Amino acid sequence: MTFPPSPPLPDPSHAHSLLRSMLLVRRFEEKCAELYTEQKIRGFLHLYIGEEAVATGSIAALERRDSVVATYREHGQALARGVPATTVMAEMFGKQEGCARGRGGSMHLFDAETRFYGGNAIVAGGLPLAVGLALAAHMQGEDRVTACYFGDGAMAEGEFHESMNLAALWNLPVLFCCENNLYAMGTALEVAQAETDLALRATSYGMPAWPVDGMDVLAVEHATRRAVQSVRAGGGPHFLEFRTYRFRPHSMFDPELYRSRDEVAEWKKRDPIVLLANRMREAGILDDAGMDALEAEVAEEVDNSVRFAEEGSWEPVEELTRFVHSDPEVAE
Amino acid sequence: MKTTYREAVREAIREAMHRDERVFLMGEDVGRYGGCYAVSKGLLEEFGPERIRDTPLAESGFTGAGIGAALGGMRPIVEIMTVNFSFLALDQIVNNAATLLHMSGGAFNVPLVIRMATGGGRQVAAQHSRSLEGWYAHIPGLRIVAPATLDDARGMLWSALEDPDPVILFEHVLLYNMEGELPEQAGPVSIEGAAVRREGTDVSLITFGIGVFKALEAAEVLAEEGVSAEVLDLRSLRPLDDRAILETVRKTHRAVIIDEGWRSGGISAEISARITEGAFYDLDAPPARVCGVEVPTPYPEHLERAALPQVPDIVEAARGLLSGGEGDVA
Repeated sequence: MTFPPSPPLPDPSHAHSLLRSMLLVRRFEEKCAELYTEQKIRGFLHLYIGEEAVATGSIAALERRDSVVATYREHGQALARGVPATTVMAEMFGKQEGCARGRGGSMHLFDAETRFYGGNAIVAGGLPLAVGLALAAHMQGEDRVTACYFGDGAMAEGEFHESMNLAALWNLPVLFCCENNLYAMGTALEVAQAETDLALRATSYGMPAWPVDGMDVLAVEHATRRAVQSVRAGGGPHFLEFRTYRFRPHSMFDPELYRSRDEVAEWKKRDPIVLLANRMREAGILDDAGMDALEAEVAEEVDNSVRFAEEGSWEPVEELTRFVHSDPEVAE
Repeated sequence: MKTTYREAVREAIREAMHRDERVFLMGEDVGRYGGCYAVSKGLLEEFGPERIRDTPLAESGFTGAGIGAALGGMRPIVEIMTVNFSFLALDQIVNNAATLLHMSGGAFNVPLVIRMATGGGRQVAAQHSRSLEGWYAHIPGLRIVAPATLDDARGMLWSALEDPDPVILFEHVLLYNMEGELPEQAGPVSIEGAAVRREGTDVSLITFGIGVFKALEAAEVLAEEGVSAEVLDLRSLRPLDDRAILETVRKTHRAVIIDEGWRSGGISAEISARITEGAFYDLDAPPARVCGVEVPTPYPEHLERAALPQVPDIVEAARGLLSGGEGDVA
């Protein structure tokens, strides 16, 4: 697949912010993997490492009033959206200072402040939700866009079809962001999908759709801005297929029997952080000292998040059954 | 004012649409067709296609869209044509509607109302005749209500819409044509708590939905035999009104539980368990159950009738308790 030439570098401060965002996700998750082996983080842990450009570039193109629906591999989206690293890490620890009071863990990050609607661990389960959030915006006459993330695996689900049809039929402001990392857990795209050209399939619903180099954060942001602008202007749902790759195993239990080391090594040559950093160096807006400073800044933010999580508290067991139904004061 | 159950539900929807502009109705054939059971007939003309929203055949998609719209500040009423089709939306109902509030630590509540028709008795065979209220009543995070009377059909919807969390209303298909009187000013009623529909002293007939009317009929038959039966309409299946259940059992010392759903793992089993847990020493006989026979509901009239709880079955079960024999039927 050849993509159009990468867009020009944005102004230095924006380029730095993209680089910083990707680096934060990378270092945050590396720390998570470490904490997982220390058993500070339990349950399932799905790392986004390698795919950072997708969340970073696409969420940079959203406004505060927009909504985000994500999957169980959503640390990147949450951090890029501005959910504080502290409350995300506390959530991983299961502490009540977490962004879901520790009740969701890694797969279920939620944050009302940033309109971050989770963290859905049922593949394609978030798509109908995104359609509904867009329906609400449409009925309220607001120009909010809902960005909905899902993997290539979701495209084999019935809920994918139902959601695409509904969104297109009702011309709703949804941006479908397909993160095609070539594997649904361990099942390769061609083993699971009769038509592997995913953008082509999306166009069959009558919506604009195109593939994007998901390793190039600038391409991701550029494509998303173009799509969001059209969605917001009433152009109906759009579909972006971000071609990307997960450098780490599916989860911490995955022996990676289904792909070769060579393939992984090949994709690592296009590490999204290195790609952007190199572009910035070539343009003279990043040097070793700058990179070191950025690394130090990010390391401090990650350390701070771990400290926050460590110092956090466990929700009293007496509150176990709270939030099965809304607290009375929440009721309108 | 003379009305039907169908008209009472329609009036409830109309009132809700007028009272709150965030309310809208969405489902298969709710608009142009007028609703599969003609509940929403005329509403499209009154409110337009944005708020009386016909959906494609995509139960999971539009139920999930209802959840998303609720998260986004609307107050959707999702109509799933029948409980049989709701299985296609189970992921959304269970994994999202019932779960999001707790899993998000209280960040996001889902003020969604789902209405669905339930039950058998119309000779439409196995895939259109199920009563699986008990399944849904198993799920924490949902409220399950079963309006049986005209007052409840008219009044439960608004209270359900006012609830900040998901509520599922089950409307029995045989009730839509039921006629009766309803005050002109009929309005919202609570979605909580059971109601005694007939006072009695010898045996409690505990049920919901269509079962209420079968139990009332059975109580008439029993009265002729000198047996005073109390009929408790549960109204809400989640939460169950334990207080009302135990109160009637402590009064009559005998309980017959009537449910069109199957006995095994059904809501009748739950009610029976709560009675034995909470009022064991008040019982003069073990609780009895009259439930759907454990077969997929068959098409021919005589077999369908045999598969569903009927008035004579209830009478027989009550007699059994009073004579000290085994109470279970079917």
